[in-house]
Amino acid sequence: MSNSQTERNGDVQKERSMALQKELVGGHFDALGRAKEEGRKVVYTFVPGNLTELMRSFDLLPVLPEINALQSGMRKLSGGYISEAEKQGHSEDVCTYVKCDIGMLKKGNVGPTGKPIPEPDLLLLSYTGCCTFMKWFELLKQEYEGCPVAMLHVPYQADGQVHSHYRDYIVEQLRSEVIPKLEQVSGQAYDEDKLRSNLTLSAEAEDDLVWVLESAKNVPSPIDAYFGGVYYIGPIFGAFRGTPEGVDYYRTLRSEIEERLANKQGPITPDGELDEERYRLVIEGPPNWTSFREFWKMFYEEGAVVVASSYTKVGGLYDRGFRHDATRPLETLADYCLGCYTNLSLPARVDLLEDYVRDYSADGFMINSVKSCNSFSAGQLLMLRQLEERTGVPGGFIESDLVDPRYFSAANIKNRIESYLQMLEQKRGAAA
Amino acid sequence: MTTDLAQLVERVSHLFEDLNFQSVRDWKSEEPGRHAIGYMPIYVPRELVHAAGMLPVGILGGGDRLEIIRGDAYFQSYICHIPRSTIELALTQRLEALDGMLFPSICDVIRNLSGMWQMLFPERYVRYIDLPQNFDPAVGGTFWRQELDTLRTDLGRIAGREITDRELQHSVSVYNENRRALRQLYEARSARPWLFPTSEVYLVLRAGTVLPVEEHTAIVRRYLELAPLEDDRREQDMSRVVLVGMFCEQPPLGLLITLERAGCWIVDDDLLLGLRWMGGDVPEDGDPLQNLVIAYLEQSAQTASVYQPEGRRGTWLVDSVQRNVAEGVIFCAPSFCDPALLEQPMLVAALEREGIPHTQFKYSENTGQFAVIREQAGTFSDSIRLWSEA
Amino acid sequence: MKVFIGIDLGSTTTKAVILDGKANVVGRGITNSRSNYDVASQIARQEAFVQARFKLTRDAISADSELSGVEELFLPLLDRKFRLNHHVEELDRLAIELHNAADGPRHAAYSGSLHELLDEIVGEMRQRAGKHFGALAMRKSEFFRDLAAADYMQLAEEQSDPKGITFETLTGLFDQAILPVENSTSAAALEQLIDEAMDAALEASQVSMAKRVDRLRGAVDAARAEVLDEVATVGTGYGRQRLPFPKEHIRSEILCHGLGAHTMFPETRTVLDIGGQDTKAIQVDDNGIVTSFQRNDRCAAGCGRYLGYIADEMNLGVHELGPLAEKSTCHVKINSTCTVFAGAELRERLSLGQKREDILAGLHRAIILRAMSLLARSGGIEDQFTFTGGVARNPAAVTALHDLVDENYGERTTNISADSIYTGALGAALFAQRGHQEAA
Repeated sequence: MSNSQTERNGDVQKERSMALQKELVGGHFDALGRAKEEGRKVVYTFVPGNLTELMRSFDLLPVLPEINALQSGMRKLSGGYISEAEKQGHSEDVCTYVKCDIGMLKKGNVGPTGKPIPEPDLLLLSYTGCCTFMKWFELLKQEYEGCPVAMLHVPYQADGQVHSHYRDYIVEQLRSEVIPKLEQVSGQAYDEDKLRSNLTLSAEAEDDLVWVLESAKNVPSPIDAYFGGVYYIGPIFGAFRGTPEGVDYYRTLRSEIEERLANKQGPITPDGELDEERYRLVIEGPPNWTSFREFWKMFYEEGAVVVASSYTKVGGLYDRGFRHDATRPLETLADYCLGCYTNLSLPARVDLLEDYVRDYSADGFMINSVKSCNSFSAGQLLMLRQLEERTGVPGGFIESDLVDPRYFSAANIKNRIESYLQMLEQKRGAAA
Repeated sequence: MTTDLAQLVERVSHLFEDLNFQSVRDWKSEEPGRHAIGYMPIYVPRELVHAAGMLPVGILGGGDRLEIIRGDAYFQSYICHIPRSTIELALTQRLEALDGMLFPSICDVIRNLSGMWQMLFPERYVRYIDLPQNFDPAVGGTFWRQELDTLRTDLGRIAGREITDRELQHSVSVYNENRRALRQLYEARSARPWLFPTSEVYLVLRAGTVLPVEEHTAIVRRYLELAPLEDDRREQDMSRVVLVGMFCEQPPLGLLITLERAGCWIVDDDLLLGLRWMGGDVPEDGDPLQNLVIAYLEQSAQTASVYQPEGRRGTWLVDSVQRNVAEGVIFCAPSFCDPALLEQPMLVAALEREGIPHTQFKYSENTGQFAVIREQAGTFSDSIRLWSEA
Repeated sequence: MKVFIGIDLGSTTTKAVILDGKANVVGRGITNSRSNYDVASQIARQEAFVQARFKLTRDAISADSELSGVEELFLPLLDRKFRLNHHVEELDRLAIELHNAADGPRHAAYSGSLHELLDEIVGEMRQRAGKHFGALAMRKSEFFRDLAAADYMQLAEEQSDPKGITFETLTGLFDQAILPVENSTSAAALEQLIDEAMDAALEASQVSMAKRVDRLRGAVDAARAEVLDEVATVGTGYGRQRLPFPKEHIRSEILCHGLGAHTMFPETRTVLDIGGQDTKAIQVDDNGIVTSFQRNDRCAAGCGRYLGYIADEMNLGVHELGPLAEKSTCHVKINSTCTVFAGAELRERLSLGQKREDILAGLHRAIILRAMSLLARSGGIEDQFTFTGGVARNPAAVTALHDLVDENYGERTTNISADSIYTGALGAALFAQRGHQEAA
């Protein structure tokens, strides 16, 4: 794929930021493993609309069941967990993140480090952009009967706007519902200064993340903003927003990408550095996790690079200008929750993707429609038509699932991707 | 059947089968300047629409009579059926009588459908009704009041006049009438289900989604008088069941008939729950908007799409079983219905704690075959009767 | 002569098309796909080469003004002679394989009488071969497997003995023997069969042609001397990943179908292809370049395979479904095209007393409804509209399609070619030919 020089560089770079990330995540799971003996409290919550800075200001440790589910998917454990949940009466029709999580719980709740994840002291139901979240934590509540639940209802941006009463509603819920429960669980009083300093760190890391994601505007792109992007968003969507470690990670990552850019290097793939960028794509929808590598390979072996994706915005749309603002701590958390990608209306999503196709000089766009997630998937076929009309660029459509291995048909998906890329090639040939 | 009842049933059946919403078109053409506003399940404050002099119209999919040609082009195979047929109705000009559409927060599919509507029909009024999931009057109540205020202003703009408090108070009172009539109907059916077969009750109820509320209340009352006059409706040895899961996508009528033929009296259900959303009356005096807000916070039906703070899911179901002296519960949910299917294991757990028997199956609005359901429901009915005799 | 080959490896059949340097079709071949895609593509190719040779012969004859009209008599004759020879040659190989199989240890007890019986059966099959290839013969299939199986099974049933050599024993032997026969025709053997058929056809023309026979021989000899120089091959279709070609010689079937349909009907803008297990809706521009496409999702509901299940369930041949559905007077509405539920729904409807033809008409409409939604997803139906794939040969499906297109899009010119099954292979061959031109 590349000469030995760049390959060595690739490995070195991979080591720096990847190792850092591995350290962060490993450290977090270790802390979780020790939480009970050290008397630290654990809060379960979701990625979209997560209130990491606030939780951290109470010294609480976040656990994100979606991340556990996707990691189970990557470790090929999700299939077994899902069957376990279905055996317990969960329908085959519903979200496999939920079933994977329930199945994992039934089988001892062992996390990626091999140690059990501690039980929650609080279920912080950040009800943002996904109706299934509510049912998910109601189901967990049945498992952890004594555990309190804090519900944070984030209104949907149905008409593409944040109305001031939405923000007020969220801030009021933070004051009357979320903060009191965090205080009660942690035994600490709400400390706004601490929250402010966390928020300042968030904004710093967000600047660097945005720089990294936008580096894909360069031709060739130094990153893959989807398959690589899911790694880049890991710390900030997970437990490390508003932490010094998070800031450090993004500073390191940015300097690596700066270097790649200066050297005109393409993205790193599991098979080494991509040496020819043949197609630039925008992708809508989450990836498949059970066959993540195989899925990625279907793109990079054709020279297809993803230059922008909506999935990497489920935990916040920083590239559209939003930054956590320490001067208005609760209001900024409200704005953050309101702005997550899955909380946007369909027309707003189409607008965003249209901009991505143009701003990132994409040759095409592709939708990976996942069975589990109606928040993403319902309406994607209309989005496809609208985007084709508005951009004049043809779209591709593939179907899979998040973590249900039964819904990843490799031959079928590969066939579609190839057909699609060949169509782009043919059109390009005709235009030339 | 007496002529009077036969006529009533024919009328409501006709309304049910009319996929062109002719009755709504007729209502609009009776007076120039009239407007109609569509709404999807579950709950919308119909009082506001009524107070604006408009007709609220329930849009509940296309049932099993509509051939889906364009609607399928918009949805993947793993998405439920109601959005396909709803799009189909709209794309085939069957919803031309509607001046706007309200999409309550049932689930992500219906939520996204509101966005699809905005893109497909940019000239029409569309509003997503984000029901509050916080029940503190100062928090969720304030939010909900602002949402209702916006809706009130929007509807007033379409109507060409402001909606006054007096009009709204009047609307609350006519809807209270309707709710009382429906409560009576449900109580009457629970007491003597053989007089009020659910396949008929459903049609009477369903008429309430297209008729002006005053007219619907009269039909319900009339039905309550007429149905008991039928000589051939006699008590039979059948089991009493509560039916759950049908709050959004509608079952085909054949499914309800099948359940009754299989030996099940349906003594409670969550069919067309929005018409019966409030447990009691909404206060008629004082600030009518605030009354609607407080009624929502305090009197809402419990269903899968509404959060229940700190509560155990399913208490309402156990209550219903006990109140209606039911012997079992049938979970009958649409395929791919996230809220109903995710809720089900919690409801099952609640029933099992009380030792209440249950069975379950799935349908879609256009299911055409009931053989399996007939057999399953029949077996269930037989087994719970044996069980309750033992 | 330079030729370009396109091969379409479908889930049910494998097709080959040969083009000359000017993109004229000179030969086509088709065979049933089998577990071995290599062999399937070899056989389809060989058949296309036979056709190409015949086409050259036809062209050579018609090029001679003195032989005007002779090709219309000579070619059918040649075709029959060749097919008969080929069939007999395959029967010879079948006999050998049957005897090999009969030598297995399981048959030791009655080995002697088994060999005798097989000789008798194959002997009778040889007798019947002529009938299959008479001038007016109607063959149920063009595949050796099908023709031989029909004869063999009938004879085996007559000659088997429940107490001695059973019918099951005989069918077991056939199943064992047919595979190597199907999979081992060599190109050289075929060339020789063609040669022999040409000689035999010339021989047979001797009397009627009288003095012109030498001119005819001259034309035929010129045609057989022509070297077919295989310049480039492109593969496509469901099984294309398994073709033994370099990657650059493989094209997606979407592109091939688009280009193939455009070539057959140059005004085509929308293509619908319903194959064995996949349905495609394709939009093309005025150069046959694909602008948008949609395929069915992961389940095979509404594809040709679904009709196969229905046919099995009704105990009918898949080709009988369409004509039967055409007899319907009252359509039944079918809501599910799910292959998993098809059987149950069918039985329930039959038990309700609904008529077979009415149910079938409903099923055909349901399949086309699925296709309509794919078409809508891909951007609708523009004029002209071309329908391809195995299901395009089913009259009830075509009727349902016409109705639904009319109802939803108004009048559209709908093209269906008798050769529509070769659309993908034709597109592939065109890619081979264009690729060569560009490189040149």
